[in-house]
Amino acid sequence: MQNVDQSKTTTLHLVLAWCFVGIPLLAGVTQTLINAMKLFQ
Amino acid sequence: MSSLLPFLDRSRTIAKPGFNRWLVPPAALCVHLCIGQAYAFSVFNLPMTRLIGVSQSAPGDWKLTDLGWIFSIAMAVLGISAAVFGRWVEEGGPRKAMFTAGTCWAGGFLISALGVYLHSLWIIYLGYGVIGGCALGIGYISPVSTLIKWFPDRPGMATGMAIMGFGGGALVASPLSVWLMSKFASPTHVGVFETFIVMGCAYFVFMMVGAAIVRVPAPDWKPEGFVAPKQNRLISRKDVYVYDAVKTPQFWLIWTVLFLNTTAGIGVLGQASAMSQEMFPGHITAIAAAGLVGLMSLFNMGGRFSWASVSDFIGRRNTYFVFMVLGFVLYVTVPFAGATGNVYLFVFCFLIIVSMYGGGFSTVPAYLKDMFGVRYVAAIHGILLTAWSAAGIVGPVLINYIREYNVTHGVPKAQAYNTTMYIMAGLLVIGFIANFFVRAVNSRYHMQADHPANAGAVPVGGAH
Repeated sequence: MQNVDQSKTTTLHLVLAWCFVGIPLLAGVTQTLINAMKLFQ
Repeated sequence: MSSLLPFLDRSRTIAKPGFNRWLVPPAALCVHLCIGQAYAFSVFNLPMTRLIGVSQSAPGDWKLTDLGWIFSIAMAVLGISAAVFGRWVEEGGPRKAMFTAGTCWAGGFLISALGVYLHSLWIIYLGYGVIGGCALGIGYISPVSTLIKWFPDRPGMATGMAIMGFGGGALVASPLSVWLMSKFASPTHVGVFETFIVMGCAYFVFMMVGAAIVRVPAPDWKPEGFVAPKQNRLISRKDVYVYDAVKTPQFWLIWTVLFLNTTAGIGVLGQASAMSQEMFPGHITAIAAAGLVGLMSLFNMGGRFSWASVSDFIGRRNTYFVFMVLGFVLYVTVPFAGATGNVYLFVFCFLIIVSMYGGGFSTVPAYLKDMFGVRYVAAIHGILLTAWSAAGIVGPVLINYIREYNVTHGVPKAQAYNTTMYIMAGLLVIGFIANFFVRAVNSRYHMQADHPANAGAVPVGGAH
């Protein structure tokens, strides 16, 4: 039943996993940076 | 749970050949980004004071002081649950811990939604405070030892990435919560109930993805080309049992270092808005102060990753020496910046201080691993987090009461924080001394082959 090839991590797996956490985090950072700019206005 | 849901078992999460270790940090981030929402819970406070009155508070609406307890209970339960469930997390494996944390976190939101619907604050204390607090404690420590095992060459960077997510979670949750409430709000409704349900469901999916992705390395696994570092007295290759670790002076010295670093940072973090406006009246407005708080949360998050990564090169003990010495200089500089009206110097000091506050959290798992080995590091880390809970009480109390004392004794508001800054600097001197006395753990504490914890243990997790 076990197939070693099925468990091999592909580049697509890595990109999807990092995008899954990276996109919301980047959106939050961007929003915070926009708000933080008020300090310098 | 293991017989009911066997796919959660540690044995089912052992990575097969071909698994890429860079999939594990996103799995950890799935959990930490969600539970990091706790830092943004305050965005619900004002809307929850208007659940009945909607446009303004009405008789029967909750008070801010009562709502403040939700966060306090959650933080207290975080420390307790991390300490109590640490060994279970370590022995049960990361998937079981992440699944449990995800279920509790989503459950906490859904129960709180019920509390909002029935207008019962006690249900919210139970939901978000107690059950959500358990999710915070279990979720926070769940990926720690797994990441250290996958990245024996860069343990600081690996745990720094996950703990950075805890800092970043609030940056995501805060605008998301405000946006959701605005979408669900109506002239007769503030939208908190629906927002809790949506967030609970979204967080559940997110955390389950993390639980599905996570893997532990096979016992004999090592990164390609990895050569264990040269013999270093401050990096142990032996494991110390969790309940033996707390008997060592090293544990309590590191506890003291973390407590003092966190006390100093948390006092500044919680009061930054008021402090900046009072120290620079006319220069820093309320809007600018909000910008400063936002910038500080970015440095808090960035410091978690960068300082922990730096610790891989300069060593854990030296990193804390940097925190203590640099922190001392910066805290002493803040009153000078206030006296000379130098806003930029003030902002610079605060940003570096808050980065070291975050760095203190993210560097400590690797420090514990250096001292006590990797086997029980998450459990020991869980107990160490009581330092965070204690600092959460002492830090704000110190800064608030000293300011209050100064103001009532005629000290101008612009100078009311000076004493506090000098006290914080003094705390870091004590932290420096505590860190100075950290030495290698006595070999009598190292686990032997006949240790009771080894009976029936399945060797899991690789390169020590």
